Amino acid sequence: MRTPFVIRFFNSMPRNGWIAMALFAAITIVAMPALHLFMPKESPFYVSNCVITLGGKLMCYAIVAVAMDLIWGYAGILSLGHGVFFSLGGYAFGMYLMRQIGTDGSYHSHLPDFMVFLDWKELPWYWAGSDSFLWSVLLVLVLPALVAYIFGYFAFRSRIKGVYFSIITQALTFAAMLFFFRNETGFGGNNGFTDFKRILGYDITSPETRVILFGLSALVLMLTLLLGRYLVTSKFGRVLAAIRDAESRVMFIGYNPLHYKLFVWTLSAMLCAVAGALYVPQVGIINPSEMSPANGIEIAIWVAVGGRGTLLGPVIGAAIVNLSKSYFTVAFPEYWLFFLGALFVMVTLWLPEGVLGLWKRWTQKGQA
Amino acid sequence: MNLETKIESHWDDNAPAMGHVLRPGLDISHNVVLYLDDISVSFDGFKALNNLNLTIDAGELRCIIGPNGAGKTTMMDVITGKTRPDSGTCFFGQTLDLTRMTEPEIAHAGIGRKFQKPTIFESHSVFENLELAMKTDKRARTSLLAWLDSPGRDKIADTLKLIRLDQEADRLAGLLSHGQKQWLEIGMLLMQEPKLLLLDEPVAGMTDDETERTGELFKSLAGKHSLVVVEHDMAFIEQLGGKVTVLHEGAVLAEDNLAAVQADPRVIEVYLGR
Repeated sequence: MRTPFVIRFFNSMPRNGWIAMALFAAITIVAMPALHLFMPKESPFYVSNCVITLGGKLMCYAIVAVAMDLIWGYAGILSLGHGVFFSLGGYAFGMYLMRQIGTDGSYHSHLPDFMVFLDWKELPWYWAGSDSFLWSVLLVLVLPALVAYIFGYFAFRSRIKGVYFSIITQALTFAAMLFFFRNETGFGGNNGFTDFKRILGYDITSPETRVILFGLSALVLMLTLLLGRYLVTSKFGRVLAAIRDAESRVMFIGYNPLHYKLFVWTLSAMLCAVAGALYVPQVGIINPSEMSPANGIEIAIWVAVGGRGTLLGPVIGAAIVNLSKSYFTVAFPEYWLFFLGALFVMVTLWLPEGVLGLWKRWTQKGQA
Repeated sequence: MNLETKIESHWDDNAPAMGHVLRPGLDISHNVVLYLDDISVSFDGFKALNNLNLTIDAGELRCIIGPNGAGKTTMMDVITGKTRPDSGTCFFGQTLDLTRMTEPEIAHAGIGRKFQKPTIFESHSVFENLELAMKTDKRARTSLLAWLDSPGRDKIADTLKLIRLDQEADRLAGLLSHGQKQWLEIGMLLMQEPKLLLLDEPVAGMTDDETERTGELFKSLAGKHSLVVVEHDMAFIEQLGGKVTVLHEGAVLAEDNLAAVQADPRVIEVYLGR
């Protein structure tokens, strides 16, 4: 008898996982927004603006980390260019936010400020539709995924693997960064998009808007984890891990790795794009430096620190690295990159399974 | 489809002028499962295969021997689509041109391959290894929603018993002994239900007892399947019986039963005598 899909979906995660998920939802979607909105500022329970912004940002990074884990941890494909998909999602939604500024910009023109500055008289053709929220959401979902699909098709069909693939993705992100740096590209050059005012007509800085974006980030993060969990416990996930461990064997038993890799690669890019689109209104800026090769490497470090192939580990890794970054770049700004490098070396040497692996080792020792 | 039904279905066809009706899938109506005709492969000027000719009959158990570098593994690479020949033709049955098919297509058509070094999925359990190998729809979109049904479970259980790993079903495959890994890979091959099995040194690293059981298994498979076994272990080849092909410098040097091959002076010179 076939087990209904819903039951299989529920069985893909142990009960503790569902409880943790419910707890996380209660905190991020109910408790924190309520405390931010309804507590007086003097109260010790008040959740400050700063916490909401930082939390929202961290959850966007966590989505990227899970997306990265799907392709690196499970399919063994290390991409150093995931900053591209994150940024493309951010830019696609940023176009909508730029149009929402209306005539409130510095030049009071109906065009975005940077276009006035360049003396452009009308919107370039690819800005068509950017006034529409739905169009922008569609763009976020489709465009980066399409780029990933085309890139992935040629790369995987040519059987480019391992470090060669990593280098090509790094070249991709670098090329994209240079392209977006140019003013003629029509995306604000090195300043990118900023100075957003509204989203769907609501003030983007109001506590209500911020709280909704925060809750939405939490929701997308949870959905990403659920989807990832289903994927890696399905037969599809077992084939992926098999491709990682012995690709030739997979081919000789009749699977075509191309379609498997392509699906998870495109899905991963799409998740990054959604994270980017949620990130931009919360942080208030998107510029080409998000595509810098260093950013792509940092994403890989989040995953390595948290623990590859665990889904939950990368969420923790993204939080640890970014919280240390927030602290370090204020306290010792010139030493941050050294710290990041040292962290990566230490994790590679002593914690090949990341923080989550360490946790498992401790709990298993306790049982023994 | 066996030979008789094949002929019968020809009688039924209302196309008397057509000598042979092209059908999808493997066609062994001439009782030959594999044709290698004038295959040459060279790597940087080195001729790994040099006008190799070889045919394998349906249901046959064929052993292939030859010194290192004789082209045994390259031959398997050509048959399974890993290497494209520079010249020559390679047909599976009457109709399937293997030089135009990809590795997964060839696997689907019914050729299973065991590598020289046991290649299994080390971070999957023994059970999962067999599950992944099982003959089924292997497209990505099917795998997303695939679910193991009870006939599938039974089949895996049967194979586990056959390869004597039923006690190890939930162990990680990477933790098995070398001999057990060899058996697991053979089990994975059987799960694919191939028509033709290519086995590259299947008993390397096995104990004498394991080797003998492997021989029994292969003999029981012959007839229903065709087997091509590359081996160095003469006692094992003797146990298998069947025809022996000697490869040397990328071509067939001799082809006969083991005793005759061992008595052939050319074979003794290049291989056995050393």
